[in-house]
Order: sequence, then C-alpha cells, then structure tokens
Amino acid sequence: MNKQLLLGAEAIALGALDAGISGVYAYPGTPSTEITEYIQKNSGRREQPLRSAWSANEKTAYEAALGMSYAGKRSLVCMKHVGLNVAADAFINSAITGVNGGLVVAVADDPSMHSSQNEQDSRVYGKFAMVPVVEPASQQELYDATRYAFDLSESVLLPVMLRLTTRLAHSRAGVEGKAVRLQNPLNALYAPERFVLMPHNARRQYNNLIAMQERLEELSEHSILNRLIPGTGRTGVLAFGIAFNSVMEVRQAFCLDLPVLKIGHYPLPGKQIKALFNSCDTILVAEEGYPVYEELLRGYFGLQNGKCIKGRLDGSLPRAGELNADTVALALGLAKKEVIAVPGIMVNRPPELCKGCGHRDLYEALNSVMGLHDQHHVFSDIGCYTLGALAPYNAIHTCVDMGASITMAKGAADGGLRPAVAVIGDSTFTHSGMTGLLDAINDRSPLTVIIADNDTTAMTGGQNSSANGSKLQAICLGLGVEKAHLRTIIPLKSHLAENIGVLSEEIAWDGVSVVIAVRECIETAARKKRNPAANP
Amino acid sequence: MQTNIILAGVGGQGILTIAAVIDLAALQSGLIVRQAEVHGMSQRGGAVQSHLRISDREIYSDLIAEGTANLILSVEPLEALRYLPFLSTTGRIVTSTDSFINMENYPAMEEILLELHRTNLPVLVNAAELARKAGSPRTSNMVMLGAAASLTGIAPEEIETAIEKLFRAKGAEIVAMNIRAFRTGEALFQHQATVS
Ligand code: SF4
Repeated sequence: MNKQLLLGAEAIALGALDAGISGVYAYPGTPSTEITEYIQKNSGRREQPLRSAWSANEKTAYEAALGMSYAGKRSLVCMKHVGLNVAADAFINSAITGVNGGLVVAVADDPSMHSSQNEQDSRVYGKFAMVPVVEPASQQELYDATRYAFDLSESVLLPVMLRLTTRLAHSRAGVEGKAVRLQNPLNALYAPERFVLMPHNARRQYNNLIAMQERLEELSEHSILNRLIPGTGRTGVLAFGIAFNSVMEVRQAFCLDLPVLKIGHYPLPGKQIKALFNSCDTILVAEEGYPVYEELLRGYFGLQNGKCIKGRLDGSLPRAGELNADTVALALGLAKKEVIAVPGIMVNRPPELCKGCGHRDLYEALNSVMGLHDQHHVFSDIGCYTLGALAPYNAIHTCVDMGASITMAKGAADGGLRPAVAVIGDSTFTHSGMTGLLDAINDRSPLTVIIADNDTTAMTGGQNSSANGSKLQAICLGLGVEKAHLRTIIPLKSHLAENIGVLSEEIAWDGVSVVIAVRECIETAARKKRNPAANP
Repeated sequence: MQTNIILAGVGGQGILTIAAVIDLAALQSGLIVRQAEVHGMSQRGGAVQSHLRISDREIYSDLIAEGTANLILSVEPLEALRYLPFLSTTGRIVTSTDSFINMENYPAMEEILLELHRTNLPVLVNAAELARKAGSPRTSNMVMLGAAASLTGIAPEEIETAIEKLFRAKGAEIVAMNIRAFRTGEALFQHQATVS
C-alpha cells in the first residue's frame, strides 16, 4: 500500500492526472486553488506534457476546457462556487451541446463562508444544467470519483460536475493512487448539429438531454458513491456529500443502529431512496449545503405520506452553515454534552493586511484624499485589499463580486455621485474589471479607478495574474483611457505626499482616470526569494 | 487508539508545519490521519486552527466534535483558550506563553494565565526563549511539538524521524537544530510533570 497524504483538492488533482487529462483550466479561488496548483507542481514529472497555467477568469477557463474536450481530449476545469456564476453561461450550454473528450468541472463550495461572500450550493446548478453530479465524502473517494467522472463523462457525452466543500478540500488524509491512464489522442469532433446552438439544433439537443435523464438516474442507482449502511432502527438518515461523515461519526460514537443512505451521485437514486423511506418512520435529511433535496422530498404541501422528515427546514438542523457531528447528534435527539465555555476575556482576532503591505500605504494616501470630500464612498473588490474595509483603514465600502468595483462606481457616477472611486487588484481587473472600464469610457462616466498592482493573486497564495505592469497600462490605453489620466504611483511611506497629490488630481478630474499603484506583494516576493525555481 | 488534537495559532505562525510533522509520524506508525486546516482570508494574521485526528480505525469526520479533543496545542496563549469547548474534561492544553498582539483589545496576560490554569494541568512553554537556546527562534514550533509529544499518542522516535524527513532538504544543520528544539520541549514537559 502506497498512501500519500493529500488535501482533498490535491486528491482531485492526482485523480485527474492519472485519468489522463491533457489540460486543467482555472482561476484561483478558495477552496479550489490547490487542485490546479498541485497539477502545476506535479505535471512536469508525467510522461505526457499537459497545460496548466491560470486562466483570466472562470468563463474563459470553462470554454477552453470545452474546446479541449471538443478536440477529443480530457480536460478538467476548477473553480470556487461563485466562479461558476461567472462560467454559468458556458456550463449550462455545454450540457446542451454535450462533450467529446471527458470534461469534469470541479466546483468547491464554501458553506459557512470561510472565505466567500455567500454559501450557494452548486448542486442546484448541476440540477439546473441536468448533468450528473458526483459528491464524494473522503479524500480517497475524491480520487476515485474524479477518475470515474471522466469515464462517465465520455460514456454519457455530458460534462460531469464534481462538487466538494471547503472541509474536504482543505483536509488531508492518506490517498492511494491507481494505474495511470494515457491521454486521449487528438480527435476533433465535426458535429455542427450538436455544437451550433441555433434554435433548431438547440431544441433537438435539449430534448436529447431530457430523454437522457432516465439513464442518468439508472447510473446513480448502481454508483459506488450511493450506498446503504444497513441498520434496524425506524429512524433513517439520508446523508448527502460529507454530511455522511458527520452522521457516521455520531453513529459510531453513540453506537446507533441507524440505516444511513449515503448519497454522492446525482440525479438521485430514486429506488434506493424509496427503499429507505419504506423501512423508516422518521428520516433525517442531512445535506451539506442548501436543503435542495429536503425541499423536494417534503413536497409543496408538506404531505409526507405519513413519514416524518427532519432536516434544515424544520429546524432540526441549522438552516445555514456547515454541519458537524454536534449538530447532527442534536438532530437525532441525543442530549447536548456539557462543554467548557470560552472564557469571557476572549476577543476576536480578525485577519489584517500584512505588516509592510503596499495596500496599507495606498489606503493611507486614499483616506487622506477622500477625507477632504463630503461624499467619500469607495467601491472595491475581492482580494487582499478587501481587508482595507476593516479597522484601522475602513477605506473601502463595497465588495460584492469580481469586477463590481468599477461598474458600481460607474453606475453611482452616472447617478450623480462625485467623486466615484473604485479600488481593484491587478488580477481582479483582468478577471472582469476591463469590460466595466470600457463601459465607463464609452459612457464618459467620471470615475477614478485605482488598480492595486501587486504583481500577483495574493489572497489565494500568490498565483500569477493575467496582466500587470506595462501590460496593464497597455490594456487601459487600448480601452481608451487618456494617456494624461493614466498615472502610476508607488505605494510606499516615502511617497505618501506625492501619492496624495496624484490621487487628488485624478479624483478631482471630471472624466475616466486610472491610477495604477505598483508594488509587489511582500509575501510573494519573499516566497520567490526562498524558492526561485518555482517562480520563473 | 484515537487522539484528537486542535492546533491553534495566528495566521503566519506556521502551525501547519507542526501538523505536517505529526501527520507524517502518524502515517509512518501505520495509523489513519485526517487533518483539516484553514486556508484563505484568515491566514492573514487572523485566528487559525487545524483539527488533527489520529486513529487506528476509520475516521469519518474531518472535524473534532465538541468536548472530545485530547489536546489543544497552541503557539499563542490567547488562541489556546479560543477552542476550549472542544477540549474533553480530561484533555490538556499545551501552549506557548509568547503572546502575539495584533489587535487593540488584547486581554491582560495575567487574565489569560488565570484562565489557562483553570484547565487540567496546562503545560506552559516559553517557546521563543527555548528555541533561541536550541539555536534559532525559528524552531519554536518544534519546541512546542516536543512539549506536547507525549500527549499525541505517537512514539517520540517516530516524530523525530518525521522532523528529519521534513527538514532534510534544508541541510543537516537545520535538522539537528530542530531535533534539539524538539528535545528541549520534551524535557520541559517532563520537568513540569515531575514538579506538579
Ligand atoms: S499577502 Fe501580499 S497583498 Fe496580501 S496582505 Fe500580505 S503583502 Fe499584502
């Protein structure tokens, strides 16, 4: 037995490498980043080369993966849950065209919002697109399911979603790999009747997708990811994804004889669920995410055919957040343990910008400029610089979705807000800020965009960003920013007065201006120094 | 055999290095490991923790249930208290007494010590000082690991082998320094045990 200790995210990566992918496409996002990073670090040792650089955003990543599949090769595309919102257009429509080489989309959800702005459940997207979804419960299962998902994708000619959540993505366990499968040969598919989604083709393809559902359900019935842990109790548990782990933890700790139906492959295996319902009076529905299937099983009128359904909707389990053994134990009627309380002197320790981070100097300059205005709203975005919303800076006042700083500032400017200021990072700007800037230029909306160019995607651990330095300037000029109003500053203490000067001038100007604040992330710089080979 | 360990600290203090050593040592000993860690935003100077579970039978949950941790191993004294609801009644705290203050309302050290002494036989470690004596302040995590070693359920020789493997690439001197730091921590634990 040759087990390696891997994060769940890394187990997917190893599974995909061993399944013979020819490429991985992704934009970094916690908790999905480590999938692609593992492939980047380990693909060099493989016999057959494969592509693995970061994409500009999740939509470009998804479409490239679809193109690789069209060419007959296997491709993996990875993102965090909110990234799928960005890639949703491509994702939903790829279910209509179908695929050629195996296409697996690994989506990492973040229930409890450890590092995200919401806890949306990607299984809803899977259902929406009507594609198979696999949701493994352990690191080994992630490895095996990744390999299985590629085979499944090629056998049903559909993209397959692999859903995981933070807890599994960022938890390590021993994983055993299996034999490596070679990559597919080039085999581009000439099938305009499938891939040209004009209405007449789309209608036919959509009907095919609908007709396919029965077969998909049949596959679920026989999937290794759906299985019954038998028991004789009259209370049964329907345990989805890693909720299975919490349930089994309780079952083991309290020596319960509950039947547990583990669900890790959708669409639901209807026969197995019916069998569980037939053998029980009470069913606890434990889902790691939204109560998607609980709602379905309850039905609109809540008539439960004489069965008692418990779950997130009746308050047996908390409505939001991750489940754990403690919440599941309570839902199963086990008494709450007495535990030692956190002492009253405890205080929170929120995250903060690193000491010496350039964003600190940028915010210091910005705050002194904005302080002089009556209206001092600053629209911002997603990255390390979001921490500027906290004390001591309190410098930014919005963070909604990738790229929204520029477009929200534009809308506010169109509504009359002066000054309208946006702060966005280099990586977020190339992800989805550029198009918003183009809108502002076309509309002549008076706003100042500050691009905090730290030469990296810092929050997720320092991945290369798609454009920085002179490339960023060229993009802004190309989009139509006037040369006189494209300024560069260096966010350092010693430049404070100068930076305040530049920011005041551009914020006062009644047109589109861009100030690029250039200074490398000190964490990334330190990492490069420690390990020069890894960062060419 | 089952040990549930909560590793605690502040983002950037390197608790994951401690986790990596224990993981490897457990794996070498033929045990099953699950270790949940925190990535993302909190790593920037926020409170971070890792749930580490070691067992000789299947482990289901990546998280430790409340009241079932055998050990809270913390590299910062306030952080040791944050996870008290997880500690079992017989569980122990092993913590560094070197505070990391990056917020305004950090409680007084006497209050923190008072709370720590309310727990079951806490092991308090002046890690920075001991690490300096071992050769480098950067070995303080290995001092902490040494001080907690006998509560992990893993043989110290296995832990030393794991330290050696993990630091090997950095050269024999670094390995020796970290082993020295580990043993300093072990000795401190023995000493505190005999005194109390
Ligand atoms: S990781 Fe880099 S960008 Fe992020 S806070 Fe630290 S220095 Fe700043």
